[in-house]
Amino acid sequence: MTTVVAPTAVRATTDERRVAKRPGTRRSPLLTLAMLAFLVYFLLPLFWLVVASTKTTGDLFSTFGLWFADDFSLPTNVRDVFAAENGIYARWLLNTALYAVVSAGGAALLAALGGYGFAKFRFRGNNALFGIVLGSIMVPSTALAIPTYLVFSKIGLVNTPWAIILPSLVNPFGLYLMRVYAEDAVPDGLIEAARIDGAGEFRIFWQVAMRLLAPGFVTVLLFTLVATWNNYFLPLIMLNNPSLYPVTVGLANWAAQASMGGGGSGGGVLPLVVTGSMLSIVPLVIAFLMLQRYWQSGLGAGGVKQ
Amino acid sequence: MSTVTTAVPRRQRAASRRAAAGYLFVAPFLVVFVAMLVVPLAYAGYLSLFREQLIGGTTFAGLDNYTRALSDDRLLGGVARVGAFFAIQVPLMLALALFFALALDSGALWLSRVLRLGIFVPYAVPSVVAALMWGYLYGPDFGPIAQLFDKVGWAAPNLLGSDLMLGSLANVVTWEFTGYNMIILYAALRAIPTELYEAAAVDGAGAWRIAWSIKIPALRPALLLTLIFSVIGSFQLFNEPQLLQRLAPNVIDSAYTPNLYAYSLAFTSQDVNYAAAVSFLLGAVIVAVSYTVQLAANRRRS
Repeated sequence: MTTVVAPTAVRATTDERRVAKRPGTRRSPLLTLAMLAFLVYFLLPLFWLVVASTKTTGDLFSTFGLWFADDFSLPTNVRDVFAAENGIYARWLLNTALYAVVSAGGAALLAALGGYGFAKFRFRGNNALFGIVLGSIMVPSTALAIPTYLVFSKIGLVNTPWAIILPSLVNPFGLYLMRVYAEDAVPDGLIEAARIDGAGEFRIFWQVAMRLLAPGFVTVLLFTLVATWNNYFLPLIMLNNPSLYPVTVGLANWAAQASMGGGGSGGGVLPLVVTGSMLSIVPLVIAFLMLQRYWQSGLGAGGVKQ
Repeated sequence: MSTVTTAVPRRQRAASRRAAAGYLFVAPFLVVFVAMLVVPLAYAGYLSLFREQLIGGTTFAGLDNYTRALSDDRLLGGVARVGAFFAIQVPLMLALALFFALALDSGALWLSRVLRLGIFVPYAVPSVVAALMWGYLYGPDFGPIAQLFDKVGWAAPNLLGSDLMLGSLANVVTWEFTGYNMIILYAALRAIPTELYEAAAVDGAGAWRIAWSIKIPALRPALLLTLIFSVIGSFQLFNEPQLLQRLAPNVIDSAYTPNLYAYSLAFTSQDVNYAAAVSFLLGAVIVAVSYTVQLAANRRRS
């Protein structure tokens, strides 16, 4: 990927270029302090979650929320989370991973194929079809969820993994990003040269275009991955078998039990909700920080063009 | 084999073969698009024209479900509520995101990488976890906000009460999405050619003047994008109120937002036909508001 010509959107976002060009800017302590205050607002809730996941139920109620208690019961809490209901939490995590990876891979592939097709081929209806897809970005996913449920319950897809995966394969914004990206990243001359060499259109796509499209592909992959990972409404209405739940619906169920039980039977569930929540975001936060530049470049491409 | 054919038909044949390849590339996406978007919408549109009755079964009702929806106070109340949410939360969130993006881009910050990543991190948190977490933070039993008020000896505000609930929800959404919008705007700022700044600086423009006269106008398409995403997000608000509902069942009823209402119609009242009409109308409202926003933005530019 590094050997490939980076398209303008990506190249423009690298920090070095700008910083190197502006030596005269003076740093402002006041602005930095103000920004740090905002940073506290964004990170403190997560700090609370981490602290809370190290506490017993008793300490949760009796000690100050933003600091650790004397007992460090994180290991116990983690063990309880994975032991609850015969280890269903691990099952939820696996379900989430499965739904997210299959949906994201499929959606990114469909968007890459389609975006390349719309960008690089002139065919009748090209613009009209693209316009329809673009307009559908505004169709809200949750307003679509109930209609999709009604169709799926008619054809018996409710309560299966397909009920989550199939609707997630359509990502109109992903198609839009890939079209914009393909226009910039894949030079027509390169495609023409490959054609003259006798390569078929699909071979050109796989062996030439796909390499150039890789950064955009990863961006769409990440988008759909996060959207499916965070999906709540769709699995909530599609699934009623707890062993098919993704982690979001599972945690919400535990939270409902915890709030119903109050201090009694629900008291035991509360640390499960808190620790389960904390554990479920650890992989995401790490992945986010590591893949951050793809977000920026992809979103940049979407925001710069119109 | 092709010795007889002249150059022109051969090129034509190549062009039509290429057009066919174009169709093949876009076909997989379009097939799934039709199956997962067009068909459900069409089916919901169809269902919304019928009515199910205890006696007589399903009968054609024409637009009755829609006229019922347009005079349904619970639905209209929910639409008004998310409308108010949109009018207050979105400008606040986008102003914050714009301020953060400009500050990061100005080069006047220490620790800018840490700040950028730290503000973006909440976007990695699923809205379910964010809502649960903030629900506990707001709560009177062990929430640190109530604890702090307690320590100072003041009465803690009831953040889950009916007066403050919409603000509390707005805070959760702001916390989740400000960093996301900031990254969109920041990426757009990075793509502005630096020559523009240099020219302005030579003309004696200061940092604020450059931000106001060059950067913000150049951000127009990116701001429009964030605005459209925010319209969609606000009007289909569901996860956060649905999860806080359990902590405050008397404040958040089953029609608090239009989406909660559609959900309870479909699954609690089992009134599928009316739920389809409500979903359809909600989608129409969102598309209408999005188009209005876009038209307004384009008119102001021209």
